[in-house]
Amino acid sequence: MTVHNLYIFDRNGTCLHYSEWNRKKQAGISKEEEYKLMYGMLFSIRSFVSKMSPLDMKDGFLAFQTSRYKLHYYETPTGVKIVMNTDLGVPNCRDVLHQIYSTLYVEYIVKNPLCPLGETLQSELFSSRLESFIRALPFFSARAG
Amino acid sequence: MSRQSNRTTESKKMNSELFTLTYGALVTQLCKDYENDEEVNKQLDKMGYNIGVRLIEDFLARSSVGRCHDFRETADVIAKVAFKMYLGITPSVTNWSPAGDEFSLILESNPLVDFVELPDNHSTLVYSNLLCGVLRGALEMVQMAVDVRFAQDTLRGDNVTEIRMKFIKRIEENLPAGDE
Repeated sequence: MTVHNLYIFDRNGTCLHYSEWNRKKQAGISKEEEYKLMYGMLFSIRSFVSKMSPLDMKDGFLAFQTSRYKLHYYETPTGVKIVMNTDLGVPNCRDVLHQIYSTLYVEYIVKNPLCPLGETLQSELFSSRLESFIRALPFFSARAG
Repeated sequence: MSRQSNRTTESKKMNSELFTLTYGALVTQLCKDYENDEEVNKQLDKMGYNIGVRLIEDFLARSSVGRCHDFRETADVIAKVAFKMYLGITPSVTNWSPAGDEFSLILESNPLVDFVELPDNHSTLVYSNLLCGVLRGALEMVQMAVDVRFAQDTLRGDNVTEIRMKFIKRIEENLPAGDE
């Protein structure tokens, strides 16, 4: 099991943070392009999913998977969106993503008055904490592909 | 780095007098810096707004509250969870407008004004106006535009402090421009 990459978007679709671990194949487009497409896809899935829902939605969509990877999605009511791609063996990651939001993003970015919101995150403290958090996950293993 | 290593999202206790006095010092300084009360009110609201847009993230991280389905639920969460968490008080929610888009928060006691008496030359100062800004900023981040103002204030001789909140509209999320 492994983690491939992680995106954090804000409510306006700006990619605040991106990091990757065991991503062996690149998309062949620029990162900016990739963020845009990713956000566009999430936006569309989200709105379509809620239109199709027979009842009022609570959490929205949580994850989808292809034959090769699984995309985990977490969104706060303020519109912060955390997206993590893993391989197929990884179970539900809602708690993990919520933890990234509450113990890393809120603690190191939101509570730091010098960190501007809505721009790409520059905080090294945040990046290094996130890095060690992900590496410490039980399903993070550098060997797997 | 080590300084921050044991940070958690648990709430920490803070001396309420220190809080009250700090807020008092802030308002006093604003009164010195600006010519009239109106301007001070505006500044307090602006500061509150900037606090609110960040505070909401902390609130969501700490509480397990999800998105509210209607304005009544929002009112309840503000009174019972948010005020409790940040100010240690639980205002009551009353005076709903018939359309259900406007309500009042009644504060029996307001920790911000514990030691305060308004001097005569500041008759139009809305001392706790920061709270309005916080509420406005926080709700704006969860796609709700609201109008918040003080309707009654114990500092002006009213029996209770009343914050009036009016729902204006839902802010729709839009796909950023330039996307195909």
